[in-house]
Amino acid sequence: MATSATSTRARVAATLKRRHRSEFLFRAFGLAAIALSLLALATLFIDIVWRARTAFVQTTITLEVFLDESIIDPEGKRDPAELRRSDTQTPIRAALRERFPEVTNQGQRRELYALLSGSAPFLLASRLVREPELIGQRIKVDLLASDDVDMLMKGHISRDLPPEQRQINDRQIGWVDAMVAAGEVRQPFNAGFFTRGDSRDPTTAGVLGAIVGSALTLLVTLALSFPLAIAAAVYLEEFAPDNRWTYLIEININNLAAVPSIVFGLLGLAVFLNFFGLPRSAPLVGGMVLSLMTLPVIIIAARAAIAAVPPSIREAAMGVGASPVQVVFHHVVPLALPGILTGTIIGMARALGETAPLLMIGMVAFIVDTPKGFTDAASVLPVQIFLWADSPERAFVERTAAATLVLLGFLVVMNATAVYLRRRFEVRY
Amino acid sequence: MRTMSVADRTRSGVIAEFPDAAAGTAAKPAAFETRELSVFYGKKQALKGINLDIDKGEVTALIGPSGCGKSTYIRCLNRMNDPIPGCRIEGKVLLDGMDVYAADIDPVELRARVGMVFQKPNPFPKSVWENVAYGPRIHGLAATRAELNDIVERSLQRAALFDEVKDRLQEPGTSLSGGQQQRLCIARALAVDPDVILMDEPCSALDPIATAKIEELIDELSGNYTIVIVTHSMQQAARVSDMTAFFHLGDLVETGPTDTIFTTPRDERTEGYITGRFG
Amino acid sequence: MNATFLFVVIVLLAAMGYWLGRARALAVAGGKGRVLHSLPSQHGALVALWAAVPAVIALLAWTLLVPEGQRAVNPWLRVALVVATAGAGLWLALQRVRARQRARNHVEAVIRLLLLLASAVAILTTVGIVLSLLFESLRFFALVPPHEFLLGLDWAPQTAIRADQIGQSGSFGAVPVFVGTLLIAFIAMAVATPVGLMAAIWMAEYAGERVRATVKPVLEILAGVPTVVYGFFAALTVASIVRRAGESIGLEVASESALAAGLVMGIMILPFVASISDDVIRAVPVSLRHGSMALGATHSETVRRVIVPAALPGIVGGVLLGVSRAIGETMIVVMAAGLSANLTANPFAAVTTVTVQIVGLLTGDQEFDSAKTLSAFALGLVLFFVTLALNVLALQIVRRYREAYD
Repeated sequence: MATSATSTRARVAATLKRRHRSEFLFRAFGLAAIALSLLALATLFIDIVWRARTAFVQTTITLEVFLDESIIDPEGKRDPAELRRSDTQTPIRAALRERFPEVTNQGQRRELYALLSGSAPFLLASRLVREPELIGQRIKVDLLASDDVDMLMKGHISRDLPPEQRQINDRQIGWVDAMVAAGEVRQPFNAGFFTRGDSRDPTTAGVLGAIVGSALTLLVTLALSFPLAIAAAVYLEEFAPDNRWTYLIEININNLAAVPSIVFGLLGLAVFLNFFGLPRSAPLVGGMVLSLMTLPVIIIAARAAIAAVPPSIREAAMGVGASPVQVVFHHVVPLALPGILTGTIIGMARALGETAPLLMIGMVAFIVDTPKGFTDAASVLPVQIFLWADSPERAFVERTAAATLVLLGFLVVMNATAVYLRRRFEVRY
Repeated sequence: MRTMSVADRTRSGVIAEFPDAAAGTAAKPAAFETRELSVFYGKKQALKGINLDIDKGEVTALIGPSGCGKSTYIRCLNRMNDPIPGCRIEGKVLLDGMDVYAADIDPVELRARVGMVFQKPNPFPKSVWENVAYGPRIHGLAATRAELNDIVERSLQRAALFDEVKDRLQEPGTSLSGGQQQRLCIARALAVDPDVILMDEPCSALDPIATAKIEELIDELSGNYTIVIVTHSMQQAARVSDMTAFFHLGDLVETGPTDTIFTTPRDERTEGYITGRFG
Repeated sequence: MNATFLFVVIVLLAAMGYWLGRARALAVAGGKGRVLHSLPSQHGALVALWAAVPAVIALLAWTLLVPEGQRAVNPWLRVALVVATAGAGLWLALQRVRARQRARNHVEAVIRLLLLLASAVAILTTVGIVLSLLFESLRFFALVPPHEFLLGLDWAPQTAIRADQIGQSGSFGAVPVFVGTLLIAFIAMAVATPVGLMAAIWMAEYAGERVRATVKPVLEILAGVPTVVYGFFAALTVASIVRRAGESIGLEVASESALAAGLVMGIMILPFVASISDDVIRAVPVSLRHGSMALGATHSETVRRVIVPAALPGIVGGVLLGVSRAIGETMIVVMAAGLSANLTANPFAAVTTVTVQIVGLLTGDQEFDSAKTLSAFALGLVLFFVTLALNVLALQIVRRYREAYD
């Protein structure tokens, strides 16, 4: 016995070094996996914030424009509708020629005009609608620079590139530099990004339309899924008999929670659009599709919250003569409400970030106007991100990133609310 | 501190006042010696300066009401308290004169020498064979498959389980009965060829027949192995152990040969516990 | 007179019924609450139900039964029908208000029915999905035989846009699409499984409570990022990194490589695998851990030889759910993978996936009934059943695992 024990001890000792090394390695692998995950997360966020940083300012060029009444409002009626369509381009171009009198060649003039955004005349016209008294005056105006000038100013177009590889040529860069030297190029806060809808022109594209579209869509989702989810959860937890039908419902809910989102889009397309003939691209249909998607999520959360209410409370209410329905709606549901709300907010956050099913029901259309109702054509934030990410103009990259930040901002607020609710109202029985 | 003095008196007092007992302990060399061992869980003190020698090749039973620190004590012997957050240990535990808690002691090596069997049988979700082969494998005790087979068979035989499972070696260990599972766990510990086997209430989850088999096994193993068994069954302690130590509220109240403890306890708490006045 | 207006009328009549019923119940009670079996408000609710439910049924019946052409004949007829039904129901119910009437039981029966119907929405949704996919797919399979779709090696639906080519072009062989989907899912799982599992092991076994309490929610942020954001990240940043890295070692890398999409998808699925693995690892009974430790196993030996094997069914279930997500994921691949169907296993090449094809086929110009559009539904059908099978299998495995340790 003693000899065998001694040899056992020697054998164990011989393995120790190797085993502790592999212990160390294993642990290091685990740490590396965590580090890798956190690194991925950090890279994702830093990448997006870095790309978005320049989207919140917008380059403008200050010009002295003579708002010639004979061109802008020859009839002098100051009719807002007419003013909106008035020719503000001619005075702006004249101002540009005035600023650079040495440019006389037709082709070069066209390059000069290209320094300004194509939307600059429309913006000036709508300003004149608000301030018609400016007509006839010579005023200094901040006009939106073109996306190429904007990108040059923000350093996204390298001056070192050979001219044929960049959107802006050496002559144009010279003009921009001259105006920069004269203090005529400014970069104010890009308020338009938050107050305008989508546009093909990156300089005037904004997220307001998409935000409103998302809000309308989520409103529909909430209005449909919240009551339905509570009702379904109450039924399954409190009233459902233990039979095959109940089992079928439960199986369905669990499986729907894992069905790919795009399949819900196919359902929406085939049933809501093609069969019932509901309008395409509408927040109403988008909200309906998303509510079918989020319903299982909220039901599962609501069931957990209801199940957590202790039976003693039910028995107490029963004991004073409340009917089962009264027990549930007077006692159980109010007690479970914080949990249900937390689940609902998390479900809504998921719906807010969802893109694929909305593509299926046509919410991918190019929509300039801010939607006014549930049946207007609308876009939503994630779809806007998708559309901009797909656009070839360099200037859309920063806007895509900025829209992503806006979306993530909403998600952070929603999830923080959910966490707060959970902490604030969590009851331990 | 009153409690400390009780423990002190126990150590020196027993040996001085009862020469028989002193002769008994002196004749056998100690496997474990604990000196002023205190264990804290956070602020709570679970063991209060324990001084206890555990004799080589004997069965020592640790008895006492629940929460008395006997399980905490046994877990100090193979450093199973190490991973418990907030657990602090003071004093010394010596195994063959070597400080178990010294910085250069590898708990892996220590536990290969000091096996342990738990309250509830905990076979791994592997086959019977794999369960027993696990220890020899991780410690590199067998060079060949035949050698490993040999170890597994021998360990099962020593644990008096081989005849019952020899046709079921590839079945999951969890498919055995409770008593068989516990003997499997004993076989698993024996396969590493330990010097000491710690048993933490090994029969508390078993029926009387399975308990009787385990007790029989303990009896067979004694002599070859030093066995420390925690039990809350007085009868079991009386049946299987050579020495008994009585713990109460973190103190070691009394220790000595089992028959002495059970027939002529010196401390009134020991007497109260043995006669069933509290438990 | 649109339906919305009529609906408002019904609601108003119901509200009136509630008020009248309640007043009548109070009158019957004569101020003594004990006389009534049910509360006055319950009597009111019952009358309101009698006013609203038959009227809504009448409105639905009108909409379904009266043919489109005759509806315009007399729009007031519909109004009259609805108002008359509601009024009659209201009046009848009002007459029946009695002290011993079990108004509460009736109202509650209706509430229970509504609750049951709400929970049946889940079944309706599933039925809706299956029927719509099946119906459109059957029309597709009338044009393109199923074996050609499932086994054909050439996928070029865009060429079939001309009517005379439908079904004859032989360009609806979906195998390259399936292979592309599997390739990207494989790359994603090759990232998510080892990293997610090791991260879970580290969190469950090595991290202190405080570190764990920080790291776990941070990892869950990764799971909450919308997929369109991952798509943007994949298309713009990761794709160019992958291409530059590939080219620096002399490889030819497509700008929409399967690798870029797969890597980012792996990052997306990683927290999911990690979270499930963490749960199942922590569910392994502590007694097994102690058993292994007491035999002198090092921590990693315990993890590798005891804990992970014991948790394996749960981990496999989690990985299967991850595969199901990878196959069904849409935005990352729409934005970062290609549209053209290449039959290849080269991760540096551009491949397409089922979801990319569905989006490509159903956005933009659509003509219904063309094989091109209908093929999207056939792809959707395959997608639905494959992910369904994976989910059912995974949930089954996870459930059985939980039962083993509960």
